[in-house]
Amino acid sequence: MQLKDRHKQYWRQNLHLTGVLLAIWFVVTFVVGWFARDLQSVTFLGFPLSFYMSAQGALLIYVALVGYYAYRMDKLDREYEVHERDQ
Amino acid sequence: MAAPGQSRFVSQLKRYYALYTGGFIGFVVLLSILEQMGVPNKMLGYIFLGVTVLLYAGIGILSRTSDVAEYYVAGRRVPAFFNGMAVGADWMSAASFIGLAGTLYLSGYDGLAFVLGWTGGFVLVALLLAPYLRKFGQYTIPDFLGARYGGNIPRTIGVLAAILCSFTYVIAQIYGVGLITSRFTGLDFGTGVFVGLGSILVCSFLGGMRAVTWTQVAQYVILILAYMIPVIWLSVKHTGNPIPQIAYGYVLEKVTAREQVLNDPSTPEGAREAEVRSIFRQREKTVRDHLKALDAEGESYLASEKARLVKTVADLQSRHDTDPKVLAAANRAVADFPADAATARKKWRREAEADREKSGPVMAHAEPFAGPDEATRDNKRKNFMALVLCLMVGTAALPHILMRFYTTTSVREARHSVFWSLFFISLLYLTAPALAVLAKYDVYTLLVGSSFSELPSWVSAWASVDKTLMNVTDINHDGIVQLAEVTIGGDLIVLATPEIAGLPYVITALVAAGGLAAALSTADGLMLTISNSLSHDVYYKMIDPKAPTGRRLFIAKALLLGVAVFAAYITSLKPGHILFLVGAAFSLAASAFFPALALGIFWKRANKTGAVLGMLGGLFTCMFYMYITYPFFGVNAPLWWDIDPISAGIFGILVGFVGVIAGSLLTAAPGKDLQNLVDQVRYPSLDSDFKPKDY
Repeated sequence: MQLKDRHKQYWRQNLHLTGVLLAIWFVVTFVVGWFARDLQSVTFLGFPLSFYMSAQGALLIYVALVGYYAYRMDKLDREYEVHERDQ
Repeated sequence: MAAPGQSRFVSQLKRYYALYTGGFIGFVVLLSILEQMGVPNKMLGYIFLGVTVLLYAGIGILSRTSDVAEYYVAGRRVPAFFNGMAVGADWMSAASFIGLAGTLYLSGYDGLAFVLGWTGGFVLVALLLAPYLRKFGQYTIPDFLGARYGGNIPRTIGVLAAILCSFTYVIAQIYGVGLITSRFTGLDFGTGVFVGLGSILVCSFLGGMRAVTWTQVAQYVILILAYMIPVIWLSVKHTGNPIPQIAYGYVLEKVTAREQVLNDPSTPEGAREAEVRSIFRQREKTVRDHLKALDAEGESYLASEKARLVKTVADLQSRHDTDPKVLAAANRAVADFPADAATARKKWRREAEADREKSGPVMAHAEPFAGPDEATRDNKRKNFMALVLCLMVGTAALPHILMRFYTTTSVREARHSVFWSLFFISLLYLTAPALAVLAKYDVYTLLVGSSFSELPSWVSAWASVDKTLMNVTDINHDGIVQLAEVTIGGDLIVLATPEIAGLPYVITALVAAGGLAAALSTADGLMLTISNSLSHDVYYKMIDPKAPTGRRLFIAKALLLGVAVFAAYITSLKPGHILFLVGAAFSLAASAFFPALALGIFWKRANKTGAVLGMLGGLFTCMFYMYITYPFFGVNAPLWWDIDPISAGIFGILVGFVGVIAGSLLTAAPGKDLQNLVDQVRYPSLDSDFKPKDY
C-alpha cells in the first residue's frame, strides 16, 4: 500500500497536535506538581493555588485537552479526506 | 450502518434513560415517604439494594444476545455520550466511590495523587490509544498485540497480563460488594458476595458486552446521584452555596484557620489539644519501654507483666469500693495480653505507632508534601509524582477500559467518547476533594469542642457500629471532645455524609446503592475482560479457529461462570487490603501493556522480539519489586530510590520501554504487512482499508 503525501502530512499534523497537548498535560501535572510547595502562598478563588490546581484546575484542563483533540481531529480528518464517510 | 438508523437509536436511548432517571428519582421519593410513615431503616436498606440489583438483572435479561459482535463489543453502535457513561461506571470502582474522599480527608493534599492519576490517564487514552484501537476494530487488547506484532506469543503474554491485572482488581471489587451488602442488610460477608455476584452474572452471562454496557449506563446514573446529593446538601448547610466545587475554597480557608488554632497551645482549645497529645506521647513512651524490656528479657518479661496484671485484678476484686468499669478494664487487659513474644512485639509496635500519630500536631490539609525536614518533603514529592505517573499510565493500560472503545461506531465517536468519559468521571473526582474538606470542617467545628454527653447523633451511631470507622474517647477526662481524641476510618466519610448533612436514612441507603453500583459495574467489566481473553484469544484464536459461533459463545459463557465462582472463592478468603490490590492492578497493567501498545502505534519499527521482551521485562520487574517491598509478602527488602511499593509500576514502565526499543533495534524490522497494519490503524479511513473478517 502506498501512502500519498497528504496522508503523510495528516500524520505529521496529528503528531504535532498530540505532542503539544501532551506537553501541556505534562506541565500541568508534573511541573506544577513539582513546584506545589512554592505555589502555596498564591491564592486563587480562595484556594491556595497548588491545592486548586491538583484538585480542580488540572482536571478541567484535562477535559479541555481531550475535548479539543476530538474537535481538532474531526476537522483534520475532513481536511485530509480520511474521515469515515458512511457515518 | 446507515446514519438515520443510528440517530433513531440515539434518540430512543436518550428517551429511555431520561425516563429511567426520572423513575429512579421517583423511587427515592417514594421510599422517603415510606420512611416518614415509619418503615424501619433495615427494611428500606433491603428494598433499596434489592430493587437496584433486580434492575441490573432486568437490563441484563432484556439485552440477552447470541450474536458474537453483540456479545463481545455491543454491536459497535454505542453512541459516544453513552459509552462515556459506561466507561465512567466501569472506571469508578468501590475504591473511588467509598475510599477516595476518605483518603483525601486523612492525607490532605498528598491524597490528590489519586485524583490526578485517575483523571489525567484519560488524556493518554485519548491521544495515544483509543482512536487507533477503534480503527483496528477487533475484540480484545491481546487481539491488537497478536495482530500488530504477529504470532501467538505476544497475544499469549497479553492474555496472561490481562488476566493477572483484571483478576487482582476484580477481587478488590467483589470485596467491596461483600462489605456494602453486609453492612447495609445485615447479611454475612460471604452471602453478600454471592448475592452481588448473582446480579453481575445474570447481566454479563446473558448479554456480554451489550448487557454490561446498558447496565453500566444505568449504574452510572445511580452512582453519580448517590454521590452528589449528600455533598450538595452538606455544602448548602455549611456555605449556603449548592455547588460544592465552588463553595469549598471558602471552607478550606476556615479549616486552615481551625488547624492553626488547634495547633497553638496559647489558645484555650489549643492548650487542651496539647494536653491530650502529651498523654499520647506518654502512652507511646510506656509502650516503647515495654518493647525495650521485651527485647532485653524475652519471654520472662511477658510472664512477669502478665502476672502483674492478674495481681491487679485480684487486688481490685478484694476491695469493696471498686468501680465495676475499672474492674472490667483490668480484666480486659488480662484477656487481651499477648500470648507470645512475636504477637506482643507486633501488637505493641502497632500501638506505639498509633500513639505517635496522635501525639503530633494537626496536619495542614492544603499543604503539599508536609514534613519536618527537607529530606522528608522531597521524598514525599518524589513519591507523589511516581504514584501519579503509575496511576495515569495504568489507566491507559487497563484492558477493561480500553476494550470499551471498541464498542463505538467509528474512530470519530471513539475520540468523542473519551471526552464524555473524562467528563462524567470528573464530576465525581471534582466532588471528592470538596466532600473531604466539608466533612473536615464539620468535624473540626461541630464535633471538636462538643461535650461527650451530647455528641452529634451520627457520631454516636457510627461509633456503636464500628470502632475502626469512628471512635471518640475522652482521653483527658475533661468531658469535651478534642480533635486528638477522635479516630476516623477513611471509609466513614462517604458512608456517613448523609447523616452529617442531616439527611433522612433513605439517602444513606441511596449511598449504599451507589457504592454497590460502582463496585458491581467495575466487576462486570473486569470479569468480561477475563472471560473474553480466555474464550476469544485462547480458545478461538489459538485452539480452535474454526469453532462455530454457537460454540464460541457457549465457551465464553461457561468460562465467565467459572471465573466468577473462582473470584468469589478467592475473595471469601479475604486476601488482604483493597488499596494494595488496586495499586497492584494499576502497576501491573502499566508495566505490561502501555509500552507495547503505545509504541505499536507510534513506532513502526517496533517488532515482535521487542514486544515480547518489553512486556515480560516490564511485568516481571514490577512483580519483583512488589514482591520484595510489600509488607504482605514479608521480604521487606530496602526500597529502590525510596519509591513506595504502590508505585512499583514506575520501574516496570521504564523496563518495558527499554525492552521494546532495544529488542526491536537488535532484530529485523517487522514485515511489510505489519507495517501496513500500522498505517491502517493511523488513519480513520483509507481507500485500501482492510475489512475485519469477523465483522
